[in-house]
Amino acid sequence: MEKKLKVAALRDGTVIDHIPSDKLFKVVHILHLDTCLNQITLANNLESKKIGSKGLVKIADRALAVNETNKLALICPDAKINIIRDFEVVEKRPLILPDEIREVIQCANPNCITNHQPIQTSFYVLKNADSTMLKCRYCEREVKVEDVKLK
Amino acid sequence: MCWFFLVPNLILGTKKKEKIIRNNTMSKNSLVSISDYSKEEILSILLSAADFEANPNRKTLDGKVIATLFFEPSTRTRLSFETAVIRLGGSIIGFSDAATSSSSKGETLNDTIHMVSCYADAIVMRHPLDGAARYASEISPVPIINAGDGSNQHPSQTLLDLYSILKTQGTLENLTICLVGDLKYGRTVHSLLMAMSHFNPTFKFIAPDELKMPEEYKVFCRKNGIKFTEIADLNESFNDADILYMTRVQKERFQDLMEYERVKNVYTLKNDMLTKSKPNLRILHPLPRVNEIDPDVDKNEKAYYFKQAQNGLYVRQAIMCKMLN
Repeated sequence: MEKKLKVAALRDGTVIDHIPSDKLFKVVHILHLDTCLNQITLANNLESKKIGSKGLVKIADRALAVNETNKLALICPDAKINIIRDFEVVEKRPLILPDEIREVIQCANPNCITNHQPIQTSFYVLKNADSTMLKCRYCEREVKVEDVKLK
Repeated sequence: MCWFFLVPNLILGTKKKEKIIRNNTMSKNSLVSISDYSKEEILSILLSAADFEANPNRKTLDGKVIATLFFEPSTRTRLSFETAVIRLGGSIIGFSDAATSSSSKGETLNDTIHMVSCYADAIVMRHPLDGAARYASEISPVPIINAGDGSNQHPSQTLLDLYSILKTQGTLENLTICLVGDLKYGRTVHSLLMAMSHFNPTFKFIAPDELKMPEEYKVFCRKNGIKFTEIADLNESFNDADILYMTRVQKERFQDLMEYERVKNVYTLKNDMLTKSKPNLRILHPLPRVNEIDPDVDKNEKAYYFKQAQNGLYVRQAIMCKMLN
């Protein structure tokens, strides 16, 4: 039986694949795709042998920067990032948590100044042998990466 | 930096980056957290404090204006900072009650700091929100001295605790220190633990189950090879100690007042409990005390808490002069 692509091929841009279905719109939020003017294709609840049900994002004519895609390591560390040029995959980019994450995380400490005043949040990523912790730049509280609260 | 002790070498890159980010902030001389200071910097402050104790009145800050912004009430900290400035020949502006400042009208901390920095050469600030001092240090063109930010940090208290220990014991190395009382919420014991990690201490954590030392600090001790034991009973548990650091059970930290009532008087140090303690033992307390030290202890030569508060003056003079070069 002839296989058909459910989503059109991309000439130039970025493809983010293998996003868990429940994380697709968080990816949209983290990358500010709601205000991006490029052509964007979103697909969700696609069949996936690896994760059961997956989401997919294609952004035309824009190669996302490494510091942008690395934020995704927070919520979907197993997603695949492909940079496309002229229909060819020119870069398969691994997701690596950056040393510092700004803006996207809300501090879990209700008494942290970032929850009371108009201040951009910032977290240091502490990569430990057993777990990865995020430490608030301001109130210095630490939280496990799997427990972070996104804005 | 103390930070290096927190985590394995894996994150040295992160630490370096953190340091670079913090060094690029507008004011490089601020004191926000005890972990901002290396062992050498801590010892240098203590040495300078001893110098100020010998001669506290000098005109080092002549012509300087220091702002004390106390968004939260304080007795010892505000008075000792202000006394430090006056004894050094500087002048004070500021407020001791947020209700009398524009923050009560909704002014942001950003605007308050920018405005005050137009008038003052340095800002001493206490604020009820955790992280307020770090934020202020990043936006301020003049040095910020953290006089307590919520339950987060109070570095000048830690430095005066270290100075008191050094003065009474003659060394900071290899001491046995009992931390007693509210080890869960008390920022002073957490900061002291971090600062003492430079000096190979042995800790005894004496607290009821409800107020035990948080796990993250025990992990910190294990990672840094710091010996500690946990004890629930105060009686005679400090007989081999050099320092007995008492703390108040802080009513304001409890959401469940029934729980506070259960633990508020769990430890009361009485004079007769000190008979078998070491001659060099000294009792410290960040004050204010409530019931945790019986007044009959005050006359014992091992009671050092009022002198400890006095030491705050010299340490804060040393901090102020370091900030303003």
